[in-house]
Amino acid sequence: MKRVVFRSWWLPYLLVAPQIAITLIFFIWPAYQALESSLYIEDAFGFSRNFVWFENFEQLFSDPGYLRSFKTTLIFGLSVTFLSMSMALGLAVAANRVIRSATAYRTFLIWPYAVAPALAGVLWFFMMNPTLGIVAYWLEAMFGYDWNHYTSGTEALIMVTIAAAWKQISYNFLFFLAGLQSIPKSLIEAAAIDAASPARRFWTIVFPLLSPTTFFLLVVNLVYAFFDTFAIIHATTSGGPADATSILVYRVYNTGFVGQDYGSSAAQSVVLMALVIGMTVIQFRFVERRVNY
Amino acid sequence: MVENRPLLNILTHLVLIAGIVFLCFPVWMALVASTHPGEALARSPIPMWFGDQGFENYRQLLTGGVPATGGVPVAQMMWNSLIMALGITIGKIAISLLSAYAIVYFRFPFRMVFFWLIFITLMLPVEVRILPTYDVVASLGMLNSHTGLILPLIASATATFLFRQFFLTVPDELVEAARIDRAGPLRFFWDILLPLSRTNIAALFIILFIYGWNQYLWPFLITTDQDLYTIVMGIQRMVNVGEGLPIWHLTMGTAILAMIPPVIVVLAMQRLFVKGLVESEK
Repeated sequence: MKRVVFRSWWLPYLLVAPQIAITLIFFIWPAYQALESSLYIEDAFGFSRNFVWFENFEQLFSDPGYLRSFKTTLIFGLSVTFLSMSMALGLAVAANRVIRSATAYRTFLIWPYAVAPALAGVLWFFMMNPTLGIVAYWLEAMFGYDWNHYTSGTEALIMVTIAAAWKQISYNFLFFLAGLQSIPKSLIEAAAIDAASPARRFWTIVFPLLSPTTFFLLVVNLVYAFFDTFAIIHATTSGGPADATSILVYRVYNTGFVGQDYGSSAAQSVVLMALVIGMTVIQFRFVERRVNY
Repeated sequence: MVENRPLLNILTHLVLIAGIVFLCFPVWMALVASTHPGEALARSPIPMWFGDQGFENYRQLLTGGVPATGGVPVAQMMWNSLIMALGITIGKIAISLLSAYAIVYFRFPFRMVFFWLIFITLMLPVEVRILPTYDVVASLGMLNSHTGLILPLIASATATFLFRQFFLTVPDELVEAARIDRAGPLRFFWDILLPLSRTNIAALFIILFIYGWNQYLWPFLITTDQDLYTIVMGIQRMVNVGEGLPIWHLTMGTAILAMIPPVIVVLAMQRLFVKGLVESEK
C-alpha cells in the first residue's frame, strides 16, 4: 500500500482498461461460455440445445475413455515431475559444489528452457523412431529390445514423458540452484565439523531446507505436465496409439475440434478449470509462506 | 566447498557432464541429421557425424520450404513467429505496466475487483477453454490475422504482479518530489517510473519472448492460411508427413532453426534471464 497516491477519477480506469478489456473478452467470457454450455446438450447440427443439468458430467465420468485419460494424465504428470526434478536436483547439487567453471556448466544446462515443448517432442520422436531413431537402434543392438511406440501404448507414454521431462530439467535446475545457494554455509560447516558425511549432510540439512523450493517446483511441474504438454502429444503421438497418450488437455481439444461434441468438451473444460484453480490456490498459499521463510 | 574430497570432486564433474550430454544429445542428433541428404536417414543406424548437405538443406528450407507440406519457406514462418513473439511480448509488458501503475498509484472504486479479475487469468490457460475462446475470436473476425494471434494472449497476471511488486518498492519520496515539482501522474510514470523499471522490463522481455515464440496450440487453431504459419506450429505438419517420405533431414533442420532465436536470447542475456525467471514466478 502506497501512502502517497495521485488523484484522478478517470485516469486509473483508462490505465486498467486495456488489460481488463482483454481479460473480459478473451478469458472471463469464454470461461463463462464453457460453464454454461457444459449444462446443455446440442444437437448434431447446432440448431437447438437442451438444458440438461449435469448430464454431460455424468456421461463424462461414466465414460471409461475419460477415466483412462485421468489415469494417464496422473501417471504422466507424476513421472514427468519426478524424473525432471530428481535429475535437476542432482545437477544442482553438483553445480553448487563446483567453484571453477560453474558458469560454463550453468550455461550448458539452462538452454533447453528456451526449446518449445513441441520441438522437444519432435526431437525425441526422431531419436526414438522405430526404424531409424538412434535410441531405438541402441535398444535393439544392445538389449535386443524391439522399441515401437506406434504399437505399444506404454512405450509411447514413455517417449512423451522423457521429452516433457527433458525440457523441464533446466527450469528445475535453476530454482534448485538458487535454493541451494540461499542455504547458509555455516550450517553445512558446523555439520562437517561434527564429522557428518556429505551424504548425511545432504539428507539431514540441505534437503529439508530445500523443501520450500521442492514443494513450489512440485506444483509448477504438475501444472506444466498437465497443461503445457499439449504440444508434445499433439506434434508426436496425437494421443495414440489407441488413446494411450491422450492426456486431459489433449482430450478436450479432440472432443471439441475433432469430435465436435461441444457439451462434453465444455464439461471437460470445467473439470480442468477446477483443477487449475485448485493448483493455483495451493501454489499461492504456499508462496506466501515461502516469502516469510 | 567445505572439505576437500577428490573422489567426490570427480563424481561431481561426471554428474554434470552426464547431464550436459543428456540435454545436448537430441540437439546434436538433429543438427547432424540436418546436414545429410534425405536418403542417408532412410535406414538404421543413422550417421552420427556431419554430412556435406548442410548448406543445401538450409538453403532449401529457408527459401523453398518442404514441398510435401505446401512449400512454405521456413524464413517466412520464422518471420511470422517473430511478429507474434514481439507482439505478445510488447503487448503484455505495455498493458501490464499501465494496469500495475493504476493499481499501485491510485485509489479508486473497484480497484480490488480489477486486481482479482487480472488474477483470475492465471487460472484460465488457453488449453482449458480452447473452444469458447476460439468462438470469440472467430466471431470477432480475427481468424487468420496477426491480431487474432496476438491480442487474446496479451493479458498477463504474472507481468502485472511483477510490476506491482516492483512499484511498491519505489520510495514514496519520489512521488512527493514529483508532485512538488508539479509533475502530473503521466509525467511521473514516463519520466521516473519507466526508467526505474528498465531492468525488470528487460528481464521480463526475455521470458515473454520465449513464451511468445514457443506458442503452439493457439497459432494452430487460429491460422489455416499458410502465409501465417509460425515455425513451432509448422513443424508438426512436417513430422506427420515425414513418416512416409525421406524428409527427416528437413524436419530436423526446421527444428534447429526454430530453437535458435530463443536459445540465443537465453544464452546472450543469461543473467537477466535468470533474474526474470526467478522473479516472475514469485
